[in-house]
Amino acid sequence: MASRRVLPVAFSLLMSLPVWAQGPYGIGRTPSAEEIRARDISIGPTGEELPQGKGSAKEGALTYRSKGCAGCHGANGTGGAAPILKSKDPTNPNVWARGRILPLRAPFATTVWDYINRGMPLNREGTLTPDEVYGLTAYLLFINGVIPEDQVLDQQNLAAVKMPLGDNYAPLPDWKPRTPRLKGYPY
Amino acid sequence: MREKRLVRREFLRNGAALAGGLTLSAAAPALGQAPAQPPMIKGEREGEIGYGARSKYITSTRIPHGGRHTPDNFGLTFHVASPLQDQVGVITPSSLHYYATTRGSFLPDIDPAKHTLMIHGLVDRPLTFTVDDLKRLPSVTRLHFIECAGNRASRQAKTVQETHGMTSNAEWTGVLLSTLLKECGLKGSAKWFVAEGSEEVKGASSMPVAKAMDDSFVAYGMNGEAVRPQNGFPMRLMVPGFEGILHTKWVQRIKLVGRYYMNYNDYGHLDQDKNEAALSYQIGPKSVITYPSGAQRLPGKGFYEIRGLAWSGGGAIKQVEVSTDGGKKWNKAQFQGTPQRMAHCLFTYGWQWDGNETEIMSRCVDEIGQAQPTREQVAKHLNKTFDETFSVPGNDNSVQPWKIAKDGSVTNGFA
Repeated sequence: MASRRVLPVAFSLLMSLPVWAQGPYGIGRTPSAEEIRARDISIGPTGEELPQGKGSAKEGALTYRSKGCAGCHGANGTGGAAPILKSKDPTNPNVWARGRILPLRAPFATTVWDYINRGMPLNREGTLTPDEVYGLTAYLLFINGVIPEDQVLDQQNLAAVKMPLGDNYAPLPDWKPRTPRLKGYPY
Repeated sequence: MREKRLVRREFLRNGAALAGGLTLSAAAPALGQAPAQPPMIKGEREGEIGYGARSKYITSTRIPHGGRHTPDNFGLTFHVASPLQDQVGVITPSSLHYYATTRGSFLPDIDPAKHTLMIHGLVDRPLTFTVDDLKRLPSVTRLHFIECAGNRASRQAKTVQETHGMTSNAEWTGVLLSTLLKECGLKGSAKWFVAEGSEEVKGASSMPVAKAMDDSFVAYGMNGEAVRPQNGFPMRLMVPGFEGILHTKWVQRIKLVGRYYMNYNDYGHLDQDKNEAALSYQIGPKSVITYPSGAQRLPGKGFYEIRGLAWSGGGAIKQVEVSTDGGKKWNKAQFQGTPQRMAHCLFTYGWQWDGNETEIMSRCVDEIGQAQPTREQVAKHLNKTFDETFSVPGNDNSVQPWKIAKDGSVTNGFA
């Protein structure tokens, strides 16, 4: 019986909402702010989505062993069956020539954090705590000579880490529909 | 009479559904020259009444591509190439559509009732959509190719499956991303979108909003049925003409953002050279002869219909030409059907082989005037030395030559 009394109230509330409350078809469900936060694992270059937490290379080195990273990537980032995580040519002045190694060639440290968080360890993705991800990021950046061993990475300073590549990469394509890929290139 | 009685017994055993066929075979012996009756499958293989299978004599399959075996040491699938040499017509059967994953991945086993696509970020109204929600909305059904950026013919490759098998063509059905973004109300500050899959690595790529609003769609249908798991069930992103990896499979989230988000896939796409960078994303005009092609053998001189596929990320294919003399003379090929935008089209060219050694190849032009080059032409245009180490920037869309020897054997012209 209660619903009969509530319905007209609910209806009038609905009618009073501004028109932009729904799209042209009114299809789809509005996720709660909490649901969006839980599902949004994209960490952009500003690091604005980073969770609280911190970790250093020393802590990361322990996690690297305890979580089994070493089993696939090798004891110190090389020599395993999975892709290497440390350059074999670390002193080459050309960063591009040091190899396609995420914690070395990524232009932002947030890219490293994002990938470890979303994709590692294999079969247990999403189980690392934010502190563990900060620590592992610090460890991988340390073994590639990007940060000192005692630097603590956290929500505030991760995006500010100066990566070796910097902005030493070609501009992204300025894509437009129905347009050749590259001006002056006939192919 | 005895024959008739036997036929009648066969008839009863096989059931009335086969009556039409049996009537014919019963009549044939009277002519005295009937071909032998093929064996019948009595009682079909399990499940095939409900869902049919191809003949046991047709054994064409996909193969791991590019030297990394699949499943790999970790049980991950990486790159699996389609047998283009066996494809008949313009649509790749779903079971043979090439299959690739971000870094090597397990195949997600998704319950469609539990799957949603969330669109959020720089929109007025974040929304989640179920498969059923998508099916209520206005749909598009379009033929599109997808091609992996690693689809590059090596000198070692023997067959067209090895040189070009990382492309396929299917009919896709879904909802335009622009329709979904209008439901969400796109903010003016949204310049890029990040699409994310549901595989264990949750592969994510940044793409321009201009593409989202132009012709991208979220597909739930493929070749007349639900999208296959290996191709993104229950929904995948289609970004027609863009590199394969950007057609995010098992798509679960699209985030509208103000800048390139530099995900793992994005960083892997960075280039040193601005020409190389500009040539990534959109696939260039490309064609290849699939018959006759590498490792096949022509039984003798005479007539052959040369067949092949042509496609471009820039639009529809406007013209295909075939050369049967190593590239000296080029002849206009015929289209079978009307070429569609960002789709494989089938071309044919009737050829009399005189039995002499030669080289056959095809080249194409698309509707925005881009032409398929030879590797040498690309090197020359970019002022680079043309030798064995030269690599076509972006997706390799160069002309594929096939050598034909006097004995009819066909081999890779790059070998």
